Amino acid sequence: MSAQAVLFDAPGPKARRRHFLLTVLGALLAVAGIGLLLWKFNSQDQFEGHLWRPFLLAETWTQYILPGLWKTLQAAVVSIVFAMIFGIFFGMGRLSHNRPLRWVCGVVVEFFRSVPVLLMMIFTFFFYARDLHLPGTQASFWAVVTGLTLYNGSVVAELVRSGVHQLPKGQGEAGLAIGLTSGQTLRSIELPQALTAMLPALLSQLVVVLKDSALGYAITYGELLTAARQLGSRYGNVVAAYIVVALIFILINWMLTIGAGRLERYINTRGHTAAKAKTGASALVEGGGAPGEFGANVAEALEEEVDEFRQARFPKQGTVGTDDQA
Amino acid sequence: MIDILSEYGDDLFAAFWMTIQLAVWSALGSLILGTILAIMRVSPVAVLQKLGAFYVNVARNTPLTLILVFCSLGALFILEIYLAPRDAPNSLAANAFRWAIVGLSAYHASFVCEALRSGVNTVPVGQAEAARAIGLTFGQSLSQVILPQAFRGAIAPLGSVLIALIKNTTVAAVISVPEAAALMRTIVENETGSILVFFIFALGFVILTLPVGVGFTEMSRRLAVKR
Repeated sequence: MSAQAVLFDAPGPKARRRHFLLTVLGALLAVAGIGLLLWKFNSQDQFEGHLWRPFLLAETWTQYILPGLWKTLQAAVVSIVFAMIFGIFFGMGRLSHNRPLRWVCGVVVEFFRSVPVLLMMIFTFFFYARDLHLPGTQASFWAVVTGLTLYNGSVVAELVRSGVHQLPKGQGEAGLAIGLTSGQTLRSIELPQALTAMLPALLSQLVVVLKDSALGYAITYGELLTAARQLGSRYGNVVAAYIVVALIFILINWMLTIGAGRLERYINTRGHTAAKAKTGASALVEGGGAPGEFGANVAEALEEEVDEFRQARFPKQGTVGTDDQA
Repeated sequence: MIDILSEYGDDLFAAFWMTIQLAVWSALGSLILGTILAIMRVSPVAVLQKLGAFYVNVARNTPLTLILVFCSLGALFILEIYLAPRDAPNSLAANAFRWAIVGLSAYHASFVCEALRSGVNTVPVGQAEAARAIGLTFGQSLSQVILPQAFRGAIAPLGSVLIALIKNTTVAAVISVPEAAALMRTIVENETGSILVFFIFALGFVILTLPVGVGFTEMSRRLAVKR
């Protein structure tokens, strides 16, 4: 439920007076904060016309910002596609009934989720450039893509896994009952529904990918942030260039977040899936660990394994109440 | 491997110590700022709600790299806001370190805010209604019934934020804070056998994040409110 409904009574006259006071205080605080920022900018001459005028030139956009944006989008889209392929394979691996395969996939996924993306990018950049002798620009592009794919692919693998777990048990049982093997059940019944349910989360994962693609700055990939730096060093307006680029990032990501929310509602009302669609953000707000942005639920996976082992060993005990999918 | 370890062993520990310092200070900073933001967002005052939401949406949708680069190039070098005395001998390093903490805190505060808010959202309305029905005052129901449950609900997402924060400290390498990723870059540039180096550093982060993940999951399970 909404936070206000839980936390607060309907305000009486006293409370309303207090709220008014807080409103005024909050507004003053905001104005003071913005004022301080503007004053600081002004005192360092950051509002001079010549710093902002370049953004009215077509050249600025065609030579710096749009090519940078294009490269950012390129890296993000290629990565999310690869991440999806990686995620579906490893997610299926983690759901397999073959214990060694499940373990290997589990270790790979957890490893890439707990290693910072920047480390992977730096390592693969030098690997591609030095050991595979790729030219610099290609090496940096593929390093960005590799880093983003490995991290986000393992997040997608988790999404696939939790999506399949979230399906009502009857779906899998029905598949087995009509004589499909467990692999066939997974591929033709459970996976399609899980994938439909995870589309919104995938879209909000694209926000993460877009943001992380800015790490390409560290390995000289010419994305939007790098473009901003070059623009800034040409016209001497670094601050202005970063602010414009930040606005572009915020706008795109904000639209993606809204889109993900819309898609979530659409799938929940009209989609063909027995699972409940969730964006990363709404999963976070609803109190689960967000599958999209964060998480290393090693303990959870371990516990699952132990549970399974216990059930295989002592089939009579403790099968009651194992439906604690959260 | 032995060569690399013996040559860079001390640097390795220094770099990871820097990572830990960054993580601890930024975790504190983002917890404080995030709690303030969460209070603003759940407060019944519309202006405060809007301000909180605006901050969260802006910080969450900006790349961390951009925030840190802006902190260093923009705020430090152009706006000349010094967080450490500028005439000290290690002024540059100290300022970069402090600005990295500010940037990391500012970015992760938005996630802390959302995690705390998610904790409040796990409390069913019936709890507040029941508290009121048995005659508790507003303050009592908040402190005795709602907030204890809300904090427990927020533990798991807060753990996720902390893990993300630990990994994200590597971005500080971009503004030349000498932490793990920066050292790895130097070693990979200068040595052969880079895959080994990568695995050493990756292992370092697994060691840092794994206990946090396991600990927070365990804690959230132990403290979970049975419903």
